[in-house]
Order: sequence, then structure tokens, then C-alpha cells
Amino acid sequence: MSDHAADVSVPEVDESRRKFLIAATAGTGAVGAVLTAVPFVASWNPSESARAAGLPTEIDLSRLEPGQMLTSFWRKQQIYVVRRTPEMLASLPNHDGELKDPESKESDQPAYAKNGQRAIRSDVLVLIGTCTHLGCLPKSRFTPNDATVMANWPGGFFCPCHGSKFDLAGRVFKGSPASLNLRIPPYSFPGENKLVIGVDPDAKGNA
Amino acid sequence: MSAVIETKGGFRTWLNKRLPVDQFVADQLTGYYAPKNFNIWYFFGSLALLVFVMQLVTGIFVTMHFKPGELTAWDSVQKMVREVPYMGIIQPMHAVGASFFFIVVYLHMARAFLYGSYKAPRELLWVIGMLIYLALMAEAFMGYVLPNGNMSYWGAQVIINLFGTIPGIGPGLVEWIRGDYGIGDATLNRFFSLHVVALPFIIALLVGLHLVALRQVGSNNPDGIEIKEKLGRDGKPLDGIPFHPYYTLKDIVGVGLFLTIFAIVLFFIPTFFGYFMESPNFEPANPVSTPEHIAPVWYFTPYYAILRAVPDQRMGALLMALSVGAFLFLPWLDRAKNKSIRYRGLASKLLLGMFFITFLVLMWLGLKPAEGLYVMLARIFTVLYFAFYILLPFVSKADGNGPVPERVTYHAH
Repeated sequence: MSDHAADVSVPEVDESRRKFLIAATAGTGAVGAVLTAVPFVASWNPSESARAAGLPTEIDLSRLEPGQMLTSFWRKQQIYVVRRTPEMLASLPNHDGELKDPESKESDQPAYAKNGQRAIRSDVLVLIGTCTHLGCLPKSRFTPNDATVMANWPGGFFCPCHGSKFDLAGRVFKGSPASLNLRIPPYSFPGENKLVIGVDPDAKGNA
Repeated sequence: MSAVIETKGGFRTWLNKRLPVDQFVADQLTGYYAPKNFNIWYFFGSLALLVFVMQLVTGIFVTMHFKPGELTAWDSVQKMVREVPYMGIIQPMHAVGASFFFIVVYLHMARAFLYGSYKAPRELLWVIGMLIYLALMAEAFMGYVLPNGNMSYWGAQVIINLFGTIPGIGPGLVEWIRGDYGIGDATLNRFFSLHVVALPFIIALLVGLHLVALRQVGSNNPDGIEIKEKLGRDGKPLDGIPFHPYYTLKDIVGVGLFLTIFAIVLFFIPTFFGYFMESPNFEPANPVSTPEHIAPVWYFTPYYAILRAVPDQRMGALLMALSVGAFLFLPWLDRAKNKSIRYRGLASKLLLGMFFITFLVLMWLGLKPAEGLYVMLARIFTVLYFAFYILLPFVSKADGNGPVPERVTYHAH
């Protein structure tokens, strides 16, 4: 440094005070930045109208014959409703060994549909028709022994995108890229042939 | 006479005092010494910049007619292409440009693999480049979703649902990304904003950093030796030549060739046999009809093949992320002393050759349906893909240390 520097009296720097002030300023700034990010991040959540469009959907089952499937929409997702025949139901327990999650322990369904048939009423199967792999629509392949799907095919759903296979309770077969059974939405039956998607059965359990 | 010169000099002096134009040109172009032994692989850096500018310009014009949104996007694209003068060329130029961007970027990356351009001291240059590649993938994906064709819709469905496989936060995260229970207006509008505003800014910034880092460490060359180590009496590298005019002129030849090929594809085969534009995307999004088989555009298919090869969704998504992320670690996985493949042993050459072939085979497999033999092949080549990264540290250490020439290999033309 030059000689003049010595002439200027420099007050001694209080290092600990400086460190504290730097840390306090930076800390306050960081908290402020995080709080400011909240509205921006939260603005990406579904809007009120998107939520409103997610209200329950009513489906009339009176014209759904045994063995048939109808599709509907709830929350922008396809809903599959299948009226299962006694033969279809009888086939369900026969292939538990070939399934990834036969008892639906890992899979996503309301408690009242977590049973062998994955349904409130065994004849009516309600599924979210979105492949649990990556969201394609599994196609109905109800004809048993369809060798184009797989050997000893019991009937069920086949996803054309990545080849996941599900049985007639939406349970996923081993060897599929999907790991979980097809999801089941909350639903209930306000009447014999009336199905509501998005509403749980009432406390009495008769739905 | 002298007055004229003075006036001219006067303006230059005036300007340079206020804006360092001459200094910038000297630093970046005339005073930047690049190795004199560049070959054809060295076209693709400047070409990537060219395509980026093309995408910005065509994108600005497409935005003038595009109406983002579930109900308007598809019709606005049809209308601009069919009814607005010359948009029938400019819009496909943007779409075809995306594919060419990736062709150029993949060749640019292959060059780095061949000549070890990612190795010290160029690790950050490589990492910044890979960040550009990641941003470009996001940009291209969102651009593909915007027109809301049926493949846009289902491709977005598949890609967004990948985030749903993250344990715990997955399902909520997917809803947050879409802003709805399915792909809708909210999704398309935010993708528009990101595609048109946020990501181009980020890419431009990263490209700037990429160039700054390049000026700092200097260009690598096919011999992989540092020209800065052999300086002439003037302090300039003996094997270096000024970037301008030598390489600017050379790059113009590359630009000419590139634009010729680009124009041929644009005018005569814009869909490129269904690879640059897929046929299901010529019908509007239909949430109740999944295309027979969903495949992303060719530049994503290597990773897509890896995703589908794994019979477990979480592992599949993880391996897919890893297959892209692995590029970032390349500088530290390659432990050879020499950079260039020219001065590495046969094992290194075979390993790199295997990697290039694996990448191309996976690219092809990702375009095929996920059934039978294709799945089996995808599994084999997924293993080979990762085998490259696992074997690289050992192979490069073992046979990447042979003698290298003192000076670059160069034959005057």
C-alpha cells in the first residue's frame, strides 16, 4: 500500500458484528424470497373452476347389460363401469399367483372397494380408466383366452401404450410395466341402477 | 481526405469509449485462437447457434397467430398454416427446426465423446452444454404439446405422469403441473408461457455461459492436446488461428450445406416419413382415444425405450432419468490421460462404438411398439447403455494413456 494509507486513521472493524449483520440480512432476504415464491408456486394449483368441474358425476346403469362396459368422465378422467357376469366373477380368484398385487395392498382404492372383487357390489366394477403406468387408456379385452393378449388370458384390460395387462377387477398382471392395480374412484349407489362417482357411501353402508 | 478519416475515427473512438465494440470483436473473434486442425465435427457448434436463432425468429412469427388453450390451439394452427400468407412455410419451419436442432446437438455431443472435449479443463463447459440440452428437451416437449394434437395430448399425459412415480409427492405434483385433474386449458397456457418466455431466456443465458466458458478454456481439437502449451514468440498458440476470419468463413460453408439440407426436408418431406411430425398429431386431441401406440418424437425415443424396458414403473422412470443425467458425470467417469479417441486403445474405441450404436438402436426401439422381441431388445440395449458408463472408468484408465503428438496433426489443403 502507499505511505499515505498510514496517515488515515481507520476505525477497527468489528468482524463479529459484520458477520452477524451479513447473516441477518441474508437470512431475512432468503425468508422473504421463499415467502414471495409461495403465490407463484401456488398459482399452478387447479383453479376454482377446475375444482368445481370436479364435482360428482351421476351414471344411469339401467341399460348396462351383464358383460358390457360403459365409460363416463369424472375429473377429466375416464371412468369404466363394467357389469360383470357370474362367469367373470368366478374367474377372478384363479390367477392370483400371476398378479403383482392380488389383494390390492399397495394399490389405490377406497376402503370399501378393497376386497377380492374390488367393488361395493360384486356385479358392478368401477375403475378409473387411466393406466397406472403412465396414464393411457387400457382397452377392454373381455374375451377369455384371447391369445393376442397373453396365454391363458382370463379377460380384462390391455393398455396399448406400454402393454400393461389388468384382470376383470383391474388388478395388474406380472410382467406389466404398471406396478399398481387400476385405481378406483370414490363412488356409491343412491339407487339400484344409479351410480354416483365422487361420493362415498353414507355411514349406514347401504349406499 | 484526412478529415474524412478523422470523422470516421472520431465516431469509432466516440463509440468505443462508450461501448467496447472493438474490444469485444478482438476478444471474441479476431483475437480468439482456435486450433487449426478442426474437422467436419466442428461445424455443429455454430450450426446449433444458427438453429437456435432460426427457432427464435420462426417462433416469434408462429406466436403471432397461435392461440394457446384447449379449444383454440388446434384451430389456430390449422388456420395459420392454411390461411395466413406464407405461414404454411414458417410454421413447419419451426416444427422441422426442432428436429434439426436435435440432430445438430446430438452430433455436437458425439464430437465431445470422440475427442474427450468434456475432460479437464472443460468439465463446466460440458456441464453447461448438458444443461442446455436438458432445457432444450423441456422446450421441445412443451412445443410439441402446444398444438394440442392427439399425440400432443397423449404424449403429455405420459410424460407428466412420469412425475407421479415420485414416492409421496407424486400424485399432488402431477396435479400441480397440470393445474387440473387432466390436461386442460391451464396446462396448455402455462406450457405456452414457459415455451415462449421462460425457457428461451434460460437457453439464451446458458448459451451465453457456454460461450464464455469456451473462451476461457479454449476449443479442444481432434487430437485432444492443448494448443496453449506450445506458444510462438508472439505469445499466440503455434497451432492456433484466429477464429475470425478463418473459422467464420469455414462455418459459412457449413451453414450453406446445412441450409440446403434443411430446405430440401422443409419443402419436400416436412414430416420426414412420420419421424419429424407423427401422423396421430394431424388430428385434434381426443381424451377418449389413445393412439394405437404412443411414441415421442425421435429425439426422445432412446430414453423412452429405456423407460418401457423396465417392468416396474418407478424403476423405469428412475432409469430413464438416470440415462439422461449420466451425461453430466462423464467428465469424472472418464479417467484417461489422453482426451481424443485417436490416442486411446482398441477397448476404448470399441466401448465408444458400442455406446453410439446402443443409442441409435434404443432410438429405433423407442419408435416401435412395446411388445415381444422389441421389449427383449430394449432390455438388452438398456443394459448396454448403462454398461458404457460403468465400464468407462476402468477401460479409460487402462488404455487411454498412450503417447500423443507434440503438435496437432494437420495437413495443409
